Amino acid sequence: MTFQEIASRLSERFGTVPGIGLEPKPENPVDPYLKVSAEHILEVAKYLRDDEETQFDYLSCLSGVDLKGSLAVVYNLFSMTKRHKLTLRVEVPVANPTVQSVESIWKTANWHEREAFDLFGINFAGHPDLRRILLPYDWEGHPLRKDYQVPEYYNGMKVPY
Amino acid sequence: MLTDFGRILIFLLIGAIFTAAGLIGSWVLRPRRPYPGKLSTYECGEEPIGKPWVKFNIRFYVVALIFIVFDVEVVFLFPWALVFKGLGMFAFIEMAVFLAILIVGYAYVWVKGDLDWDKPRPQVPRYVKGIGVVSDQNAEIEEHLTA
Amino acid sequence: MGLLDSQFDNSNIVITTLDNLLNWARLSSLWQMQFGLACCAIEMMAASASNFDMMRFGVIPRATPRQCDVMIVSGTVTLKMASRIKRLYDQMSEPRYVISMGSCSNCGGPYWEHGYHVLKGVDRVIPVDVYVPGCPPRPEALIEGLMKLQEKVRNESLAKKKTA
Repeated sequence: MTFQEIASRLSERFGTVPGIGLEPKPENPVDPYLKVSAEHILEVAKYLRDDEETQFDYLSCLSGVDLKGSLAVVYNLFSMTKRHKLTLRVEVPVANPTVQSVESIWKTANWHEREAFDLFGINFAGHPDLRRILLPYDWEGHPLRKDYQVPEYYNGMKVPY
Repeated sequence: MLTDFGRILIFLLIGAIFTAAGLIGSWVLRPRRPYPGKLSTYECGEEPIGKPWVKFNIRFYVVALIFIVFDVEVVFLFPWALVFKGLGMFAFIEMAVFLAILIVGYAYVWVKGDLDWDKPRPQVPRYVKGIGVVSDQNAEIEEHLTA
Repeated sequence: MGLLDSQFDNSNIVITTLDNLLNWARLSSLWQMQFGLACCAIEMMAASASNFDMMRFGVIPRATPRQCDVMIVSGTVTLKMASRIKRLYDQMSEPRYVISMGSCSNCGGPYWEHGYHVLKGVDRVIPVDVYVPGCPPRPEALIEGLMKLQEKVRNESLAKKKTA
């Protein structure tokens, strides 16, 4: 299925749901993405995984992005049986970055969401074990945000060169 | 003029002196600079969590126990084997009875399954249409399938 | 009683012979604590393997700090790992030495500018005896660092150093 077919299938299933925020963005020829709102990503993901035609059973990657002014989560989905892929994107404001967790759909999201939380501070509602994965547990701040300042000292060790 | 046992005593004494000299010598020579960091328990660089006593599987104990029983049996067999030639049929029957008692015990332990070593049962994953790859460990997916 | 711990005032033939003996024994059997953290660890393994063979110098890799003399810190030292390195260095028994292998453990390496998670040089937490430069240093460079450490051990003495 091409991107347009998947987008139209999704909009006929979810088009009437209020606040779904489904916006296909096919301008990028290599990686056209589909915007979804943060509260509805769980239903959309469940539908994409279980539906006969789409069967997206593999979450290749879940990454956090800092677009200046808002944070985003990008989901790269792939179907092992149908061999097609899709990119979803959820944008959230920096003040309250909360996204529904898709960990119950694809288990690989467990660590990917922990990484997005660790490095960007994006809160995943419904994640069973949201804590830092790469940085030490008592680190302050979220380094991959554009406005991050490197701390002077960490536990008595000088951090900058 | 020294009995055989005397010779063994000399042997034991020299062994003990040799070991003790090494230990005492190194105790005298080595530096002693203890501090709390050095004396802490090694746990790959982390703070030690929990007690060092670990529960181990009972099968190791069972194997060791059975080994000890049959090792003692072998210890009894050795002197019997040395003087067996001159003792006649009675000694043979007596030892056969002894061995039979122990073999019955061994057979009981074997048949009861106490000597079984746990074999891992591999979970073979399978693909289910619409769900994806399912392995037997995932109970909620099984429910979803049978519901 | 710790006779080897005491510093003797004046040096004589007994002290110098004992020095030579002890130093030769120590430098010929520098058991290393395998502390491979990142890419330099591969080069350290290559140095222990058959082509360059560090084991012929008496350098045996031991996994526990209690049994080793030298800790070869090879690879990037992150802040998360730094506290563990400190603890493991504390658990080594004297005489103990540290070889810092590669740019990352010497000075932070390629992460010196933007690495918020990297400790810029392992000498910020433990005292280092020999720095081996390189990214990663070739096995021959590591062996040269080892020889420099052996030089250092050879010059140690039980007699107190006379300062002019």
